Amino acid sequence: MTLPPVARAALGAFIVLNAIILLVTYATLLERKFAARMQSRIGPYYVGRPHGWLQPIADALKLMLKEDVVPAAADRGVYNLAPVVFLVPCMLIFATIPFAPELGVADLNIGVLFFLAVSSLEIVGLFMGGWGSNNKYALLSAMRAVNQIISYDLPFIFAALVPVLLAGSLQMSAIVAAQQGLWFVFYPVIGQLAFVAYLVATLAAENRVPFDILEAESELVAGFRVEYSGMKFALIQLGEYAHMLGTSFLGALLFLGGWLGPGPAWLGPLWFLAKAVLVFLVVTWVRWSFVRIRVDQILAISWKLLLPATLVLLLATGFVVATRGAGGG
Amino acid sequence: MPDTQAKQVVELGYGGNERLMMNMGPQHPSSHGVFRMILTLEGETVVGVDAVIGYLHRCHEKLGETLTYVQYPSIASKTDYVAAMTSELAYVSAVEKIARIDVPKRAQYLRVIAAELQRIASHCLWLGTWCLDMGGALGGGATVFLYAIREREMVLDRFEELTGARLLYGFHQVGGTRYDVPPGWDTKVRETVDFIEQRIDEYEAMLEHNTFFRVRTQGVGVISRELAQDVGVSGPLIRGSGVNYDVRRAEPYSSYGDFDFVVPVETEGDCYARYRVRMVEFRQSIRIIRQALDGLPEGPISSRPGVKSVGQVRVPKGEGYARVEGARGEVGCYIISDGGPKPYRMKWRGASFSNLAVLPHIVPGHKVADVVAIMGSVDPVFGEVDR
Repeated sequence: MTLPPVARAALGAFIVLNAIILLVTYATLLERKFAARMQSRIGPYYVGRPHGWLQPIADALKLMLKEDVVPAAADRGVYNLAPVVFLVPCMLIFATIPFAPELGVADLNIGVLFFLAVSSLEIVGLFMGGWGSNNKYALLSAMRAVNQIISYDLPFIFAALVPVLLAGSLQMSAIVAAQQGLWFVFYPVIGQLAFVAYLVATLAAENRVPFDILEAESELVAGFRVEYSGMKFALIQLGEYAHMLGTSFLGALLFLGGWLGPGPAWLGPLWFLAKAVLVFLVVTWVRWSFVRIRVDQILAISWKLLLPATLVLLLATGFVVATRGAGGG
Repeated sequence: MPDTQAKQVVELGYGGNERLMMNMGPQHPSSHGVFRMILTLEGETVVGVDAVIGYLHRCHEKLGETLTYVQYPSIASKTDYVAAMTSELAYVSAVEKIARIDVPKRAQYLRVIAAELQRIASHCLWLGTWCLDMGGALGGGATVFLYAIREREMVLDRFEELTGARLLYGFHQVGGTRYDVPPGWDTKVRETVDFIEQRIDEYEAMLEHNTFFRVRTQGVGVISRELAQDVGVSGPLIRGSGVNYDVRRAEPYSSYGDFDFVVPVETEGDCYARYRVRMVEFRQSIRIIRQALDGLPEGPISSRPGVKSVGQVRVPKGEGYARVEGARGEVGCYIISDGGPKPYRMKWRGASFSNLAVLPHIVPGHKVADVVAIMGSVDPVFGEVDR
């Protein structure tokens, strides 16, 4: 049976979208269980034995049933639109990620560029949410968000460009193919530094502790989403986790060799998933062990340390690539 | 920023064109109870702070005039409910001072053990909630919080074995203590403090080697020596600002003179210095508990008979002030007696209340995020502030 290309793409998108939503739902359970272990707790347990496997579903149902409260003073249009504007780019980033050779929605020849461009669009939705809520906490949070995300997008992009340079291609599948011999994280010096820079920038771009000043619940209660409830809150939460998983997938793809791994070819997607989960867990691990830092310190880290460092790293990579001959691993 | 300037900013209200007034509290995740700070912000920087207290006022001092000397100790717990033992101790000490009642040595040692265990429990809660303020309920702060709460739980278990209660004890009575230690309790206390001593090493390793923790606390909320003395802060705050003052040392009560311990003093006066002081106090409390358990004398636990009726204790005419070193600083109780079974007038000196007064002096000029770090390092308990 052959499908017309449009239908094929639509079907692929449908499957990926639902898979991502399912994955995100269970990523929350994974994080909660992982955090519980770190804190000598058990975590979700009773909803769906063993080990609370139904908890994410119960949470989603609860959020759907909740009353949707719109603050009287909110800018209704902006307020209602914000979760969607926030969610769409977070989902779109999965469009270019191939989960195995030929298994993905669209393996664009500028895949990495598309990913980076779209993922930084989430700030629009975020700021709309903060502004539209007409709440001082939300407004402060939105201000912080713009500061932080713009500062960290540059190092994030520079760090992600290192593997691109090494592989000589912006196409995701080509980058993985270039790691056939050596995963880029094992590339002497450059690989490790770039991976660390990528992880730090990821933490900041996803607003995770220690860079979670946007939601900073001990100062700003819940930040830009303080006024959201019910499904709108769920959409924002979904977007945040989807973005985090997306960057974990990208990290696994750029540095950890994507679907490469021992065993038959059909194990590829599983390898990819395992590596992405590993990156996700590292991010989670950091989150549950550090305290939050202050907004001025966050900006100082980005502009004074991370940005020059990644820039130098990128130059060094360029130099290495130029001396060994462009393209290919 | 000088105080007058900060005051002006507060009075400007919404009028300042670049300024934002923000209410922090009384319902706020890091208000440590019910405390309202009206912050005036310029961008992220706090230029003025107006503190509003009184949301937890329960007429404690009036209540003290209507309850007898037998009844009130268990109500005294409720002023500082995080360190209930010390407020009870302050009250009964004041009564004993007026009535010139001697307390048997065993009771004095038991009071010391209870007070020091209480200090450990209270500091555990302080460490947890302070990190929670800085690290977030969904972050590293929650991890420290849960660890610290786990240790506090062990101390509360010991208190439960001793008095049957976990938060508000009613352990003290005029003339001594109400309960003697159950069999095997001292071994359990030793095990508990041994365990907590190890855990403190872990916390220090987790926090002090953590750059993020240090940048959040060092140089933040500096209280100068002069300011500390002018405002009249006490406890870890004044010791963090370089003043060697501890009631246990300055005016030993309840046999504190028998024990060998160090009063920690740091000179920087910032949040980190206050953290260091409390971490050392953990260890010193453990040291005192061990000495008290080793030297616990035999004998009666009270110089007065056990409680039978509410009007049992009568105090001659007179007035007296007793102060003890609580977990948050100097806790004082002033009582005027007219010879009846109830005080004619009583007054609390809450450590948190006096410590909180330093906030408007040190908060302006800091970022919003520092406000919660400073608040946490002051460690107020609003039961004691509002009373």
